[in-house]
Amino acid sequence: MSDLHDLSLAEMARQLRDRRLGAVETAKHFLQRAAGHLAGADSTGTGAYLALDPEVTLAQAHAAQARLDGGQAGVLEGVPVAHKDIFVTRDFPTTAGSRMLEGYRSPFDATVVTRLAQAGMVTLGKLNCDEFAMGSANENSAFGVSRNPWDLQRVPGGSSGGSAAAVAAALTPAATGTDTGGSIRQPASFCGITGIKPTYGRASRYGMIAYASSLDQAGPMARSAEDCALLLSAMCGPDLDRDSTSLDVPAEDFSLRLNDSLQGLRIGLPEQFWGQGLADDVRAAIDQALAELKRLGAVVVPVQLPRTELSIPVYYILAPAEASSNLSRFDGVKFGHRAADPVDLLDMYRRTRSEGFGEEVQRRIMIGTYVLSHGYYDAYYLQAQKIRRMIANDFQQAFTQCDVIVGPVAPTVAWALGEKSADPLSSYLADIYTLPASLAGLPGMSVPCGLGAHGMPVGMQLIGNYLQESRLLNVAHQLQQHTDWHQRRPAPASKEIA
Amino acid sequence: MSLQSDDIQRIASLARLSLTPEKSERMLAQINDFFDLVEQMRAVDTQGLEPLAHPVAAMQDIALRLREDVASEPNNREANQRSAPAVEHGLFLVPRVIE
Repeated sequence: MSDLHDLSLAEMARQLRDRRLGAVETAKHFLQRAAGHLAGADSTGTGAYLALDPEVTLAQAHAAQARLDGGQAGVLEGVPVAHKDIFVTRDFPTTAGSRMLEGYRSPFDATVVTRLAQAGMVTLGKLNCDEFAMGSANENSAFGVSRNPWDLQRVPGGSSGGSAAAVAAALTPAATGTDTGGSIRQPASFCGITGIKPTYGRASRYGMIAYASSLDQAGPMARSAEDCALLLSAMCGPDLDRDSTSLDVPAEDFSLRLNDSLQGLRIGLPEQFWGQGLADDVRAAIDQALAELKRLGAVVVPVQLPRTELSIPVYYILAPAEASSNLSRFDGVKFGHRAADPVDLLDMYRRTRSEGFGEEVQRRIMIGTYVLSHGYYDAYYLQAQKIRRMIANDFQQAFTQCDVIVGPVAPTVAWALGEKSADPLSSYLADIYTLPASLAGLPGMSVPCGLGAHGMPVGMQLIGNYLQESRLLNVAHQLQQHTDWHQRRPAPASKEIA
Repeated sequence: MSLQSDDIQRIASLARLSLTPEKSERMLAQINDFFDLVEQMRAVDTQGLEPLAHPVAAMQDIALRLREDVASEPNNREANQRSAPAVEHGLFLVPRVIE
């Protein structure tokens, strides 16, 4: 018999529907596991959570049980989920990992939160992340780092670091994340779990605290591709009145094609993803997964993404530009922190923002303000948007030769806490493999494919063409039917599989 | 191109930030490092290319949607102002602007 926290989402939902499992009992089990993992409070835990409120969670669980008993259960009725603290929630505080929003209570729920609640999911709490989702290691959270459950002295990745750590340590069976330049895929890779960022516009951005609006996209993080497919189906769908960039395409059941054959699947390997910056252990793990995919009938073809390296400056111009605009709303007037005893309005703005924002956020606001300022707009922002077009075109060229693209998620396994925090540029450079798909708005995912240096997990990145999430999940699921990397657990949580 | 410390002060002022001298100095070095990386981007020939603002515009025509101009939300002022730093009689308070 498996432990409750080892069940797949589908199995957990089935047992809840069959009344072999109770929603309240399930919620209590995960709340108990999560309890020692609040950020800052307990340095021996993962620091994955920023907020827990058992009273709220148990009330939701009781309501779910009533629907289960009344035969009105949603697809994921009674299954727990925890949300990245970038999604606003009415029943839990929302901070975006920032002092600026300490104690903030949203008057409404994000659409993604609402949709998962409508599917019956019970919210366990809010998960740690880099401040305003700016970071690749979760070290920019104002409330303390989150740690990698595979090695507590290493980072879980970011910005959805708490989400990845919580799933990897089975402190929740499922989590939401957001991905602007890799913030779902990279922490999923670092923590050995599965995560997918859908096509830009698939999931509503309503109630997702904005970082870079033309890039931000929500997605699920869970153990397996099968679990992610269930979650993604519940999360996505048009939200035309509330999100002006929501895609007007019907909601889809992303589980339908999981078992399609991979016979004849053309896998594109971009030459630029396999250069000298890639660590040998990461390369070896992905090579093994590729060999497995070939055994299942896939063929590999070389493709070109010639502007891969350029995606770093392009992204780090565009995202800070959008951030500087989005974060202008934090002015100490309508919500959030306000500096004490301002002498005038300007003094209030400046001190409020300098006290409320952490250093990485201020750095990005500065870069963004500069590149948008008079006389520099064409040279930086517009030029970056034009190269962004070239990058998107490069992908379309590649997809004439292949069905999916495979590469690494990150150049290395998770690094040690503090290793890159003094040198922001070094962590920007490590985003190289996730940025291109983000700039093009394409769906991408991370699938566990082995262990690398120091026994740390390695993720393989799958990139698909627009709206091809089902194909990505299919490839990942087939791989997971023939490998068990996604079943591996960090040592403290490891259990014999019965 | 290299930014100087008075550039940092000017940008901070535009961004409504106030930086301590140490932070300002650190940021100057980091931002200049960053712009070294950006130089490779400026050399790319992008003549005749349309900027891509909405990524999905690479896939399909994107029309900016407008909804009907009707009230969709009830009056929720109290809840909306619950997290405001200073409120009086339903109004947001700010330091005196006009003497």
